[in-house]
Amino acid sequence: MTRLTLQGLRKSYVAAGHAAVRGLDLAVESGRLTALLGPSGCGKTTTMKLIAGLLAPDSGDILLDGRSIRALPPERRGVVMVFQNALLFPHLTVAENVGFGLKMRGLPPREIAARVEPLLTRVRLDGLGARNPAQLSGGQQQRAALARALVLQPAVLLLDEPLSSLDPSLRDEMRQLILSLQRETGITTLVVTHDQAEAVALADRIALMLAGQLAQEGTPEDIYRRPATLAVARFFGAENFVPGIARSGRFHCDLGELVLPAGLAEGPQTLTIRPEGIRLFVPPGADTAGGTNIRKARVAGVTFLGSQTRVTLGLGGITLQALTAPDAAAALQPGAEIDIALPPGALWLLPSE
Amino acid sequence: MRGSWLRGLGAVALAGWMVLPFLPLALWSVAQGWRFPDLLPQAWSVKAWTFVLSPGAGVLESFGLTLFIAASTTALAALVGVPAGRALGLYRFRGKGLVTLLILLPVVLPGLAVVFGLHGILLRLGLAGTVGGVILAHLIPVLPYMTLVMAAVFARFDPGIELQARSLGATPWQCFRFVTLPVILPGLLTGALFAFLVSWSQYLLTLAIGGGRVQTLPLVLFSFVSSGRNDVAGAIALLYILPGALVLLIVSRGVTGRSPALAQGLRP
Repeated sequence: MTRLTLQGLRKSYVAAGHAAVRGLDLAVESGRLTALLGPSGCGKTTTMKLIAGLLAPDSGDILLDGRSIRALPPERRGVVMVFQNALLFPHLTVAENVGFGLKMRGLPPREIAARVEPLLTRVRLDGLGARNPAQLSGGQQQRAALARALVLQPAVLLLDEPLSSLDPSLRDEMRQLILSLQRETGITTLVVTHDQAEAVALADRIALMLAGQLAQEGTPEDIYRRPATLAVARFFGAENFVPGIARSGRFHCDLGELVLPAGLAEGPQTLTIRPEGIRLFVPPGADTAGGTNIRKARVAGVTFLGSQTRVTLGLGGITLQALTAPDAAAALQPGAEIDIALPPGALWLLPSE
Repeated sequence: MRGSWLRGLGAVALAGWMVLPFLPLALWSVAQGWRFPDLLPQAWSVKAWTFVLSPGAGVLESFGLTLFIAASTTALAALVGVPAGRALGLYRFRGKGLVTLLILLPVVLPGLAVVFGLHGILLRLGLAGTVGGVILAHLIPVLPYMTLVMAAVFARFDPGIELQARSLGATPWQCFRFVTLPVILPGLLTGALFAFLVSWSQYLLTLAIGGGRVQTLPLVLFSFVSSGRNDVAGAIALLYILPGALVLLIVSRGVTGRSPALAQGLRP
C-alpha cells in the first residue's frame, strides 16, 4: 500500500519545443485505482514515464509514501510501467517474459517458476507458458504483459492505455481482469486513458489532465456532475452552455430566469445543462404540473442512438441537446412544439472563460 | 520431368562453378612437377603440405596473425558499428544523409587512392608497420559493412522493449545483456561474418601499412605465387579459403532454416 504524490512536475521536450507536463500536482491514494484521463497529447504518457523513471523531470518531485524517488533509477523505484502495446520480449517464451523481472532480481529459477505459474493461471494463460509471444493473440499478449508486471508486486503499477490496442469485444474482459486483480492485490494503480467512458468504468478516482496540468481530480461522478471548468465539462461531453448571471438562487440568461440548485456561487458564469436531465413533456400539450423551469421548445431534430434518443431543441436563439428514452421520443416529429423542464438538479455553473 | 532434369543440371553447373576453381589448387598442393600439356601431375608428393604445416616455415604463424587481425578488426568494428548502426537505424537527426554517405564512402572509393595518405598519417603516429596500424587500416573497409548491417537491424528494433526491461527492474547492463543483445545477435553475427571476411582478404592495405613487416596470409600466398612455388601456393590457398568455406557452411545452414536466426539477420 503506497501513496503516490506528484509535486509541480514539469517536463519539456527540446525537440518539440513545448512543455508536455507543466507543473502537475497529483496525489494518488494508497491502494486505489486512479485513472489519469486526458485527450491525446496532453502529457499523460510523459507523466507515466516520469513516474517510472524512464524520463527525468525538468523540475518537481515524485514521492512514494512521502519519500522522493526522483533520484532513483527505474529499476530501484518499485514502480512498474506496462506500455500500451504489450512489448513482450520476442526472444523469450511467455513464461520467461513473465519471470523476467524476478530473474533480474537474481531469484533462482525454481522460485521464479513457482511464482510465474500461478499468475499465468490467474490471467488465463495456463499452458501457454512455453509459447513464443508471437503465437499469442493480442488479448493474451496484453494479459502476459500485465502478469509480467504483477509478478514483481510493485508499490505502484502504471498502465498506459491498457485497453486501447484491444478489440472492443476483448476490452470488457480485460477491464474486469484489471479491476479484480487490482482489488485482490491492493496495488496503487494509475491507468492512463483518453477515453472517459473507460475511465469511468475502471477507476475509483479520475485525475483529468488537460494541456499538461491537472484540471480536476475526484470520483467519476464528481467530475461528471460537478465539472470545475468549461474545458472539463466539454471533455466529458457537455454541449449545453448558456452564459448569464447568477443572483440569489436564480440564473438570468437568454432562457429567462431559471431556478438554480442551492449552494452555487453568484456572479457572471456559464450554465451547463446535462442532456439526460432535461425533461420533455410528450405528446405536445401534455400536463407540465410538477416541473420546474418550464420552457417552450421547438424540436429541431430527433436521432435514434439505441438505448437513448437525442433530441435537438430550439429555444429562441439557443439550441439545447437532450437525451431521452426512445419510447418517449417516438411521438416527436421535427417542427413540433413541446414543453420542457430544466430541473435544478441538472443545472451546474461554470466560471466563464 | 523436364523441369527436374534442368534443375539437376543447374545444380551440377553451380557446384562445378564453385568447386572447379579449387581443383587445380588441390592438385597443385600435392603435385611434384606438373607441366603443360599434362592433364594431371606426373608425380605426387606431400612435400608442400609438410613445408606449409612445419613451424619453421612461418605459414602457420602467419595464419594465426591473420586470424588475430581479422578477429580484432571485427571486435573493434562491432564496438563502433553497433552504436553507429543504432543511431542510423533508430533515430532521425539533422545530417543523417551526410553521415550515411561518409560511412559508405570507403566502399565507394578505391583503396589505392587512400592508402598512401593513410600511410603518412600512421607513420606520424608511429603505427606504420605495426599490427595495430594494420588493424586500424582494416577498419576502413570493414566499418561500413558492420554499420550498415546494424543500421538495418536497428531499423526493425523496437526500443520500447528496453524501456520495458528497465521498468521491470533491469539495470542498464542487464538490459543490454538480456534484452538488446539477444535481439540484435543474429544481425550482429551476420555483420561480424562480413567484417571478418573483409579483413581476412585484405591485401593492399596490409602491404601498404604493414610495410612488409606484418605478414598476413594473403601476403605470404602472393610471395609464393610470384616466386613460382605453385605447390606451396596451392596448399596456402586452400588454408586461406578455409574461413570463407566455414562461413558459407554456416550461412547456408541459416538459409535452409536450421538456424533461422542467421537468416533473419540477413534479411534486408
